[in-house]
This record gives sequence, C-alpha cells and structure tokens, in this order.
Amino acid sequence: MCDQTFLANVFGSCDKCFKQRALRPVFKKSQQLSYCSTCAEIMATEALHENETLASLKSEAESLKGKLEEERAKLHDVELHQVAERVEALGQFVMKTRRTLKGHGNKVLCMDWCKDKRRIVSSSQDGKVIVWDSFTTNKEHAVTMPCTWVMACAYAPSGCAIACGGLDNKCSVYPLTFDKNENMAAKKKSVAMHTNYLSACSFTNSDMQILTASGDGTCALWDVESGQLLQSFHGHGADVLCLDLAPSETGNTFVSGGCDKKAMVWDMRSGQCVQAFETHESDINSVRYYPSGDAFASGSDDATCRLYDLRADREVAIYSKESIIFGASSVDFSLSGRLLFAGYNDYTINVWDVLKGSRVSILFGHENRVSTLRVSPDGTAFCSGSWDHTLRVREVVFSFPVCERRGEG
Amino acid sequence: MERVVVSMQDPDQGVKMRSQRLLVTVIPHAVTGSDVVQWLTQKFCLSEEEARHLGAVLVQHGYIYPLRDPRSLVLRPDETPYRFQTPYFWTSTLWPAAELDYAIYLAKKNIRKQGTLVDYEKECYDRLHTKINHAWDLVLMQAREQLRAAKQRRKGDRLVIACQEQTYWLVNRPPPGVPSVLEQSPGRGSCAASRVHMTKRADFYKQEIEYCRRALGRTRVKSSVCLEAYLSFCSQRGPHDPLVSGCLPSNPWISDDDAYWVMNAPTVVAPTKLRVERWGFSFRELLEDPVGRAHFMDFLGKEFSGENLSFWEACEDLRYGAQAQVPTLVDAVYQQFLAPGAARWVNIDSRTMERTLEGLRQPHRYVLDDAQLHIYMLMKKDSYPRFLKSDMYKGLLAEAGIPLETKKRVFPFSRRPRHSSPSPALLPTPVEPTAAGGPGGGDGVA
Repeated sequence: MCDQTFLANVFGSCDKCFKQRALRPVFKKSQQLSYCSTCAEIMATEALHENETLASLKSEAESLKGKLEEERAKLHDVELHQVAERVEALGQFVMKTRRTLKGHGNKVLCMDWCKDKRRIVSSSQDGKVIVWDSFTTNKEHAVTMPCTWVMACAYAPSGCAIACGGLDNKCSVYPLTFDKNENMAAKKKSVAMHTNYLSACSFTNSDMQILTASGDGTCALWDVESGQLLQSFHGHGADVLCLDLAPSETGNTFVSGGCDKKAMVWDMRSGQCVQAFETHESDINSVRYYPSGDAFASGSDDATCRLYDLRADREVAIYSKESIIFGASSVDFSLSGRLLFAGYNDYTINVWDVLKGSRVSILFGHENRVSTLRVSPDGTAFCSGSWDHTLRVREVVFSFPVCERRGEG
Repeated sequence: MERVVVSMQDPDQGVKMRSQRLLVTVIPHAVTGSDVVQWLTQKFCLSEEEARHLGAVLVQHGYIYPLRDPRSLVLRPDETPYRFQTPYFWTSTLWPAAELDYAIYLAKKNIRKQGTLVDYEKECYDRLHTKINHAWDLVLMQAREQLRAAKQRRKGDRLVIACQEQTYWLVNRPPPGVPSVLEQSPGRGSCAASRVHMTKRADFYKQEIEYCRRALGRTRVKSSVCLEAYLSFCSQRGPHDPLVSGCLPSNPWISDDDAYWVMNAPTVVAPTKLRVERWGFSFRELLEDPVGRAHFMDFLGKEFSGENLSFWEACEDLRYGAQAQVPTLVDAVYQQFLAPGAARWVNIDSRTMERTLEGLRQPHRYVLDDAQLHIYMLMKKDSYPRFLKSDMYKGLLAEAGIPLETKKRVFPFSRRPRHSSPSPALLPTPVEPTAAGGPGGGDGVA
C-alpha cells in the first residue's frame, strides 16, 4: 500500500466513511473504490489482524463450549446405574455359535441383515461381496468388486438389491438376480462419488435413497436411480467412520461418528448438524441408535462404549473395564435395548447390560479382530464378522441357575 | 496395553519374578506363564479363560516373550519361562521395521549357526539379497560387527538379547500363515493426512460458534426423566426380545425350525399375541407392521377417515421415492387429496393448507412434510387411541394365540433338515414362504 503513487488529488466523499476528504484509489477484490487516507490505512492494517481474529474465534468457541457443558450438566440429576438399581439383574447367559459362514478368502469387513431375518450380505478385503442364506449357510450371490477393502455394505429394505463400496470412493448398487445368464456386475449402478474411501452406507426407508459416510469427512444422501446428490453433510473434522439412521416417527435424522472423536446428529432435510457429542478419547468406530430412538451408543478405539441421550443432550453411561484394552469396532443393541453387543479388536465380543452398566458375558471364538456385528432384524440372533475370514451367527440359550457357565461362543 | 505391561512389571504388585535356569545359564527376571495368568485374573477380576486370552494377546503383540521356544509367540499357562520385552522394541514406538535391519538380523542368524534360518526366513533372505544387493556388503559387515560385540557379553545377556530380537521380528515379519497383529484398516493411515487438510481455519471456528449458540438455546430434558424412559422401554419390550426372553415356539437358530419366522411373516393371517400387543405400544409400531396397518386401515374405513392413512402413505412414498418421480407424485397427491373437491380430501387446518399450496408451486421432496405431520399427529392423538379401545382390536388380541413351545427332540443329534426360503429378490411381491416345518409350533391357543 505504501508504494502506491498519487495520480491526482481527487477530492470527494470517501466510499467508506462518506466524509469529504482527499481520496486515494483502492482495490478491494478487483473492484476500485475511493477511500480517504484514514480508511485506507485501516484497510491496510486489517490484514495484520487475520491471525488475531483466528485466535479470538478459537477462544470464543472454547468459552461457548464450556458454557454448553455447564448447561448440559445443570439438568443432570441422576446417573443411569442409580436409576437401574431397581431393575432385576439379568441371569447368566450362555451364547452359542449356531452357524459359521466360511467362504470369504480374506478379512470380513462389513455385514448387513436382510429384512427377511435370515439373509446376510458381507464384504471382505479382497473385493468379494457375498449374499448368504445364513439359516442354511448357502451362498446365494457373489460379486467381485473392482477394488479391495470393501468397507461398507448394505441390504436394501425390499431385499432386491445390495449396496457396497470401499477404497474405490464410490458406492455401487447391485440389483440381485437369480438369472444365471445375467452377470450381476453388468447391472451395477454407481451411485455415490466421494473424494476418499467409503466407510459406511445404508439405505433409508426405501430402495431408492442411500446415505453414505466417507473418509473425506462428509456424509451424503443420494438418489439411487439418477445418482444425484440430494444432500451433503459437512462438519466432521476428519474421516467419518460410521452412521446409523434414527428409528423415529418422522424419520429425519441420523447419527455419524468419526476420527475427530465426535458423534454428530444430522437433520436429513436441511443438512445441518443438530447435536454433537465429543467425549470419546479416540476414533469412534461405530454408532447405533437405541431401539426407541431417544439415545445412541458408540464404540471407539479408546476401548469404551458410551451411551448418549438425545433429549438430555449428554453422555449418560460408559461401558468399560480395565481389562479391556483394545478398541471396540462395532456395537449393536438387542431388540429391547437391554443388551449391548460390542465387538473388539482383541478378538472378543463383550455383552453389556445397558441399564446397569455391567458386563454380562464375554464371547470368544474368533481368531482375529471382530470387525462388524449386527443383531438380526427380529432380534433372534446376532452375527459377527471378523478378520479371520468367517462370520458367526450366535444366539442365547438360557443357563440354569445350577450350573454357572460363562459364554463359550 | 503398555499400561498393563508396566503394572505387571511393578516390583511390589507385579507378577512374581524369579531367576530362571535355562540349560546352563541363569536368566534373571523371568516369569512363568501360569504366574502371568494368575496375576491377570486377580488384578482385573477376570475368569481364567479371559485372563489367558489377555495374556495371549500380550504375547502376540510382543510385549512378553518366551525364553525357551522363541519360534512361536504363544502363552503357555505353565512353567514355561517368559520375560518382558524392553520398551525399545515395543510395537507402539511405531517406527517401521526397516528392510535393512531385517536383512542384518537374518544375516546374523545365518552367520552365527549355519542354516538355522527357517524356510520362510530363507526366502526372505534371498529376496532381500536381490533387493538390496548394492548394500549387501554393509549388511554383512554390520552383522559381523554386532556378533563380535555380542560375544563380549555374558552368555545370559546374549541369550536374552537374541530372544528379544527374535520376538521383535516375529511380530514385525510374521511367518506365513500367522496373521500380523500390526495390520490396520487402510483408512486410518490416511487419517493423519486428512486431519492436516481440515486445519483449524476461521470458518471452522465460526461453524463451531454458530453450533454452540444454537445448542445453548435448545431445550433439554432432565436426566432422571430420560433414564426412567429407558427403564420403562426395556421392561415393556423385554418379553418381546428373543435374546432376553426367548421366543416361542422356538428360536429358529437353535432348533433349525423356521416355524417362528413363518408365524411372524410380514403378511400372515393370524398374528401372534405378542405381535398384537406390540401394536399397542406406540403408533409407529402399528404402522410399521403391515398386518397392523391393514387392520388400522379397516378401522379407519369404518370411521370414514381412511383417506388420512392413504395420504400419509402417499407422502411417505414421495419422501423416499426416486428423485425423478417427485413432480408426478406431488401432482398425484394434490389431485387426489388436497385439491378442492378432491375424491379423498383430507382435513388439514387452513394455515398448513395455505403453506402447502404455496410450496406446491415449486415441488420438492419435502414439500408435503407439514401436511403429513399434521395428519400423522391427528391419527396418533385421535384415531389411534380409539383403535386401541375398539372392539376390533380387542377381538384381535383375544383371537391371537401364543404358540406352543416345540417339544425338545429326544435324540439331539438328529438334525432337522434346514429348509431354505425363497429369496425376496426372486418374487415381484413378497409372498409368505411355504414352510415345511416339523411337528409342533401350530397356532394353538394357549
């Protein structure tokens, strides 16, 4: 600014302060204005304040967050385990593996149940996506994706299509067909396009919309027919690793968890973040809504699972134990919400009593880390997929008070 | 993990350590496998199986190494001696094991005792030889130097260092067939990189501030109220949860009999008692169940308000339908339900109607949301309670049966053939699968 030469002594009203002064030409965003010398000086020093404003913004954000925490704490009058004291303790559980699905040649990364309660789609590191009838352990369909590490897969509500994606940054929808002449890969529809790997995907209430979460830090809602982006959700500061749709009456929200340790609840219509929770100490690997829709649980690399209530707007329970030192990779609730199943990276599955906060049972059986876990839609069993190339479907047999056997899995 | 290992090495409360005689040499600070397991059981109040599992995991990650059989990293809960790995070699120090170092290690092994390299190690050795051929002299020289320096140490120390190194390389370069414990999902590697992208710029903070301001204004509910809600939800749904209360006639996964699924198929003529009870829990449950919804529609028909439910269904189709069909669907809904003089005109209050009609000029997916919510609330607050009190519902509840439990098989080894059901992808409309279930499990009235 200093070496700007005066071309002429123009006298007039300044564009900024409107006072009658000697004016200088000033270029602001390629537009020429005339400022008086005082305003010009102010504009020159504004650039210096850039860093200061950043710091002040940061401190303002911090203080607001502190106030928010205070507000949240004001209404917190009782802890969950105190309230749950009146509840009967659950008996000892014995959980047995009823089906072992072998057939993947590599690590199983993700799985989903079909609404008919017996079919499962699972995806693995070598790019294979297999649809099984887990009741008979038959494989019904198999697709090979052109990429490795298929980290997300989902079954459509009608049972007629599957969606999957991973390192190819896309989500592809394959309609399922039994016609032997047709190649399933030929009918593939590429729906979502992200700039980084796809970490999770899920159909909404119908086959025609799909919600995806990606390593580029965004979630997005897509129309399957046209591949059009309907809404995108920005706000995470790092990779988004998981998402879950709310089972609510109006069906408008979903929750996502990411590497920035935040779990955020979004409104699907406006794309805005409605609530955010930041109490985990490490990446959040999995989020799942409580069956009533008023709360959700999250599993994270800090070896804890936490329950967040949406109406009270805070974390209400932590499920952790000193002896559990590996991160939880996936969580799911039983149908009534009383049990929380969590698969961990130390090859085990821990079953927690949601209300009392205690661990009901620990299940062994996998030979490598448990990467995915889902309870079946009617709650009769749950399936866990692991890096040991297998999926196991397990359910519960009631133990009798006489012999106290722990879960064998 | 380090936390656990460090506390294990604590001289007072840690695992009992003693000197161990190994062949001829004496190794100090060794622990036995069984001691490790016992200590874990006590400290964390675990079952023995779990303590063994935790110990095995610690060994697999190289934090504890066996002295006697350093080929495989397994925890044997007996008198086998183990030692704690030095922090230098801990996996969390995270510097990647360099090829060069591995080459030096293999060369040392090769030189020390001819041919003690295992097959896969031999292969690696040859591969590395071709890869870093140019630096091979350096490798050999380093190996010889290290061996010479080691010879000057006491035999005990030499053994210990050898075991430590071996364990380190077993973890970092696992033999074929053993899964590497260091593997990570691909995404996490790029995590650090992506974090760099989203630097804390001004707009990030502005977003946070805006969010905080909005959040401060939100109404919150007292914790006690929310938590009580969970308790009542869990107790209400408990009997309906197969994993908590079991299911009748039998859990299909246990008995290999899919009668349970047949009886609870989406469109079945005679729903079970539990199912009919669920319709009374919340309006959403009723609508989500096709049988329930059908009965509700009949009920509304009797009250001449069936168009409400049809309107709601049409709005749902619009919300979740294909983008291309949005204009046609909106138009159809308008013609059928909202236009003055429409065949099935729905009763919405004037303000909502005005807003909706206004929005219809530029139809989008959510344009009917206000109207839909209004009708939904109308049904929920008015028609639904009446449905629950109606004779129709009470009749359904009385008719619905509780299935008999299947008798346990006398010969537990005779497996019932598992019948496959037709895939939903096959049929244009979902049809109740024809079940070939065994005896028992009929719709017997309890």
